[in-house]
Amino acid sequence: MSPTLRRNLLLALPLLGFVILLGLLWRGLSNDPRLLPSMLIDKPLPTFAMTDLKNPSRTITADDLKGKISLVNVWATWCPSCQIEHPTLLKLAKQGVPIYGVNYKDQRHLALSWLDQLGDPYAINIEDAAGQLGIDLGVYGAPETYLLDKNGVIRYRHVGVLDDQAWAEEFLPRIRAIEEQS
Amino acid sequence: MNARLPLLLVLLLALMPAAWAAIDVYEFKEPEQEQRFRNLIDELRCPKCQNQNISGSDAPLAKDLRQKTYDMMQAGKSNGEIVDYLVERYGDFVTYRPPLRPDTLLLWFGPFAFMIVVALLLRAWIKRRAREPAPTALDPRERERLDALLNRYGEEPK
Repeated sequence: MSPTLRRNLLLALPLLGFVILLGLLWRGLSNDPRLLPSMLIDKPLPTFAMTDLKNPSRTITADDLKGKISLVNVWATWCPSCQIEHPTLLKLAKQGVPIYGVNYKDQRHLALSWLDQLGDPYAINIEDAAGQLGIDLGVYGAPETYLLDKNGVIRYRHVGVLDDQAWAEEFLPRIRAIEEQS
Repeated sequence: MNARLPLLLVLLLALMPAAWAAIDVYEFKEPEQEQRFRNLIDELRCPKCQNQNISGSDAPLAKDLRQKTYDMMQAGKSNGEIVDYLVERYGDFVTYRPPLRPDTLLLWFGPFAFMIVVALLLRAWIKRRAREPAPTALDPRERERLDALLNRYGEEPK
């Protein structure tokens, strides 16, 4: 290799490095810095024993949420985004998707009247007034929706409003993949 | 005496963020326990608030995690157990010190490795420069060019 060629190649290295860095940073611009990956992906639901929101004498455990591919939706009456996604949840429930609710750091009477007024898409609603189940799930904001497989293993966590786009782009492909595996 | 100045000072102090930091009341049997608690919550990051520790944040989640830390301390858990509990649920993001693991090696040593590479390249470059022969006196042709230039710009040729 001639000295000039060698020198030119060496000089091109910083430029190449810069261009690569530029590409990575550009991609990083579209990342949401507030998004935290879930630690529970491919792990089972945490063990818990909590009251049924509508029937306080009944205790719900993780076993009650097994059996079908389902959603676990963490919601609260103080959370405006939860109200925004509520119609989508009602629609999904009508289509037959099992949705289990976790009423997170809320008050029962407020939650019950909310469901009365806006409709109830939940097959079961768990009362997590203290937020302990939330901590065990790694919840850092409402709403969050977890995708469970038949064995109660968490396969995906969606943070934020569950809208039609999220359902089509994030949930449906994963649900199909789970169904194909079993 | 200007009565507004002390009032202004008091207002300024009240606005300082530290004054608004969480005012929970936790009781400890010994001062070392309280110090341990303070250190723990200073070094745990609130998962919800961009880069605030759980001691300084008034987010409800931060309050819950402070309570959890306190409860676990009272139950006799060690610092390691408490941090592990939170990392299990929220990930490494919850600690301000990333653990040393194969996947964090680049994070820990990357900057040093980069500096060493640059230092080595610099050293090689300087050595190469030093080996080149130093310029000697001008040869006749260069001398002529120099004279022509100096004449053009009005200096005395030496």
